[in-house]
Amino acid sequence: MLVPLSWLKDYVDINVSPDVLEEKLFSCGFEVEEKYEVGKDISKVVVGLVQTCEPIEGTHLHVCNVDTGVNGVVQICCGADNVRAGKKFPVALVGATVYATAKDHKTVEGVMTINAGKLRGYDSFGMLCSGTELGVSEDMYPGAGYNGLLELPDDCTVGADIKPILGLDDWIFDVSITANRPDCQSIFGLAREVAAILELPLKEPALDYHESGEKIDFNITVDAPEICPRYIGHYVSNVKIAPSPQWMRRRLALVGCSAISNMVDITNYVLKELGQPMHAFDFAYLEGNAIYVRCAGDGEKIVTLDEKEFTLNHENLVICDGKKPVALAGIMGGLNSEILDTTAAVMFEAATFACDNIRKSSRSLGQVSDSSARFSKGVDEYSTVMAMKRALHLVEELGCGSISSTHFDINSGNSVEPKELTVSVEKVNSVLGIKVPDADIVRILKNLNFDPVLNGDTLTIRIPAYRTDMESYQDVAEEVIREYGYDHITPTFIPTAQVTSGGNNLRQKSELKVKNALCAAGVYEGIHYSFFSPSDLDLLRLPEDAPERHAIKLMNPINIDLSLMRTTLAPQMIAAIARNQKRGILSGRIYELGNRFIAKDLPLTDYPDERETICVGIFGENENFFTLKGIVDVVADALDISFRYEASTKSFLHPYRTAAVLCDGEEVGYLGQILYEIQDETDMRVPAYIAEIDLKALSKYYGKKRTFTPLPKFPEQKRDLCFVMDKKITCAQIEDSVKASCDRVTSITLFDIYEGEQLGSDKKSMAFSLVFTPADTELTDKDIDEAVEKILADLNAKYRITLRA
Amino acid sequence: MADLNELSSKLIAIKDEITSQLKDITSSKAVYEYRKTLMDAKNGQIGSLMKEMGKIPNELKAEYGKKVNEIKNWAQSQFDAADARLKEAEMKKRYESESIDVTLPAVKPAKGNLHPNTQVRNQIVDIFGSMGFQIFEGTEIETDYYNFTALNIPQDHPARDMQDTFYLSPQFLLRTQTSAGQIHVMETQKPPIKIISPGKVFRSDDDATHSPMFTQMEGLVVDKGISLCDLQGMLDVFVEKIFGEGVHTRLRPSYFPFTEPSVEVDVSCFQCHGKGCPLCKHTGWIEVLGAGVVNKKVLEGCGIDSNVYSGIAFGIGIDRIAMLKYGINNIKLLFESDLRVLGQIDD
Repeated sequence: MLVPLSWLKDYVDINVSPDVLEEKLFSCGFEVEEKYEVGKDISKVVVGLVQTCEPIEGTHLHVCNVDTGVNGVVQICCGADNVRAGKKFPVALVGATVYATAKDHKTVEGVMTINAGKLRGYDSFGMLCSGTELGVSEDMYPGAGYNGLLELPDDCTVGADIKPILGLDDWIFDVSITANRPDCQSIFGLAREVAAILELPLKEPALDYHESGEKIDFNITVDAPEICPRYIGHYVSNVKIAPSPQWMRRRLALVGCSAISNMVDITNYVLKELGQPMHAFDFAYLEGNAIYVRCAGDGEKIVTLDEKEFTLNHENLVICDGKKPVALAGIMGGLNSEILDTTAAVMFEAATFACDNIRKSSRSLGQVSDSSARFSKGVDEYSTVMAMKRALHLVEELGCGSISSTHFDINSGNSVEPKELTVSVEKVNSVLGIKVPDADIVRILKNLNFDPVLNGDTLTIRIPAYRTDMESYQDVAEEVIREYGYDHITPTFIPTAQVTSGGNNLRQKSELKVKNALCAAGVYEGIHYSFFSPSDLDLLRLPEDAPERHAIKLMNPINIDLSLMRTTLAPQMIAAIARNQKRGILSGRIYELGNRFIAKDLPLTDYPDERETICVGIFGENENFFTLKGIVDVVADALDISFRYEASTKSFLHPYRTAAVLCDGEEVGYLGQILYEIQDETDMRVPAYIAEIDLKALSKYYGKKRTFTPLPKFPEQKRDLCFVMDKKITCAQIEDSVKASCDRVTSITLFDIYEGEQLGSDKKSMAFSLVFTPADTELTDKDIDEAVEKILADLNAKYRITLRA
Repeated sequence: MADLNELSSKLIAIKDEITSQLKDITSSKAVYEYRKTLMDAKNGQIGSLMKEMGKIPNELKAEYGKKVNEIKNWAQSQFDAADARLKEAEMKKRYESESIDVTLPAVKPAKGNLHPNTQVRNQIVDIFGSMGFQIFEGTEIETDYYNFTALNIPQDHPARDMQDTFYLSPQFLLRTQTSAGQIHVMETQKPPIKIISPGKVFRSDDDATHSPMFTQMEGLVVDKGISLCDLQGMLDVFVEKIFGEGVHTRLRPSYFPFTEPSVEVDVSCFQCHGKGCPLCKHTGWIEVLGAGVVNKKVLEGCGIDSNVYSGIAFGIGIDRIAMLKYGINNIKLLFESDLRVLGQIDD
């Protein structure tokens, strides 16, 4: 919210510097996001009197002698059409800073420093300025809008600094108001706080006016009092539409509101000053001598001031005359009753609308205005009552209408009188953990208009109606401490709390163990968004009925690429690999531990299953299916379990380099090489491999008890065996068979594969190293020979495998 | 060889030969071979001497044996000395030949590390875990009730404007704050409660400084006699451990619907220690978290008696801490898995 210091000073005689005020506001909960002098970019500009002014032949320029007071008389060349001898203008001296403008002299293009120069052979020591060059508009100073020099009044002192004259020495505070303080969403609202902070008296804006006695036949009915608890209307006749006075236009300009005409400006002024949106209807266009406040009919239409048409429903509140909607309540007036230059009478409206309704309507219709923004934050009836009085006062002050005696105040019974709250001082202090002296509590609450009465431990306060946020001792504690100062809080280390046991739980510990194991295997942890794109599912070539396509949709995504809750971590891993490769990183290992979101039903009626999942992606010259398989085994090792791998297929993986990962017979994931087509589509330069393991499915193994196996009492025996077999036989088939044949085999490790003419084209040989571990008795050579014989016999029976000669 | 004199002259000859041979010998291997030849029990000049013992008359046997042993010992010492001399030279040569350029590139073992967010999370878990806080992770998908209503943010409340929410259905949404976890804990546990709740949160904001997904951590203490002083005391301990010795907090008023009073918590700048630097925008303070005394409405909504118990809560951005701590200048970098980024932080 923009707050000009000069405006604030209408209500409080601020006796501190802008810096101190900023600091005080900040420490009381009003963060000043930005604070600047209105003329922050303007320097060394003074009032100058043009003594002589001679045209330079053949040009539009004049060469002038300009009296600049203590800076002497300087020669300046000027191209403006209104330069005249005997007139006073702002002069930017050499070294001054002013705004640079484009060729149109209207568009500001930054700040420039004035240097001494030469124009058409004439020395020029400065520049005579326009309003635009000084950042001053017509609203801020009369004549400043002229596309030429800004002519100053004759009574300006030559050589005087221009800033106070044009109001450029004023300060603007951009104050951030928290959502619990809608009462501070106005200059006067903030002034109340400033008065309390600085412990200075608060001056109320003038609210008095005189009624003419005129009465008209009119009626106002509120059909939706729960949404419109208060509606005040007042009829003003003999309206003379004209521009607002300079002071009002200037103030509106300083808070970023353009002046339109006196009647409209009054409503905007009151909004900024008191935080109450108002509306003025052109009375000539209200039919049926009535106003109805009601919910719209479904399908009812209205065209607002900005000429947009809306189709309404029963949740939208409308203001209607006897026949038709004339305003979208709290959001914008209707085009049909807009104030025009011809307006001769108006019906002023000041109303309280429920913030949730206005917020909802404004959002659902996509129509936002200063008024709807203000109502959405909450407007109190205290301000509604005050605002109507203030508007009528301004009508009188501006002399732009005759205030009738036709006044309506439709009130659903809420009081704008202060509400009493009684709290225990001890309770207030207990929230803070310190004892604030009683006198300070009373002083602070008094400054905030709470009218405190302290009786022993009982504190009674009277809450002004505009303070809708005050409900309990906790609120009182906050009021006290923010004024008393948070620096009074003395840090303590929860001495009254009981001892509890903390730290990661089993799942968290297990996940961290897996993460650390992967890091130790040279894999970096990445984190990707929980949402992805429908095109990601297409990239994976998933069939229409794939479970991954059963993804939860965001109702309001930022864009389509972030519109689905991910059902697989693969696409973002593929994207991460591609991104790295595009950036010239041609090898690497990345993993992510994140959730997949599996809906039980769509649309959601219950919490979906959030499944913790590990995704590993690797790429580079030294990587292959088996390096990835090794990494997947690291996950198993970390959990002290083992995986089995079976040839499998996935729509996005190499048809002959893909495996399903199984644990105790349950499929828990996959690994494989990414399709070359996907590699090409994503501009990857080197092949990549990806694995995904459903960690949640493995969570039942978390916390598996580790036990020590005593070392064998007798030496282990090693035998190397080389088998010849059909090419289709897999390593796992042999391993399984060997282990089934002899339970003393504790390790079987492949160390060579050979294919060659000697064996025949459909054959291969595989050489394994077997370790036999004795149990209770020593293993003799004979024992081993017998075991090997059985192993061979079984292999031969199952797969016709023979020992290589 | 019945005569000891004959033996003596033979031994002198052997000595002379050994002396001259060893003088010219050039490798320890040759010494070894030579020794082996001489000492060979069958044919060696020295080794075979004992073989002769049988031929020696009994009365001379003792003397003969003594002399043979003498020459044996003498020869051994000669060989040992020559061996030592040559080995030293040979080693020296070997070492010289194996000289390397120690400034050649190192061969490093493959390395990976945890994501900066995980590192920060682990540090925070260590700090609060040791204070007795349990770690509660809620779900990323939450209901409107837990994310807003139960936290004193009713439907269409202006406070909802503070956070732009992604909805999945009218009832379900992506949590906008880890505070949602507070309610689940307070509904299921009785005080004393000490939890931190780290996790991903989502807001519909995507620009240079905002990511639609980021990471937060909520902290909650509910017990008897808990106050704002405890909040600051606890956070002082936390920030000192996370950002370094001497770092402390400053509280200033703010607003969150679920705490009252609510505070913004700034930490003293750990880079300039309050002198003013670009990191703290020359204020000496860095805004890092929001906190407050738990609103009694929230406690009561969870069935906790606010006359007996009170609570404090805080919420902190884990990404924000990571960025501040490690000087990461763009939040988007945290979610791109650029290996040049991931490889840098190993705290």
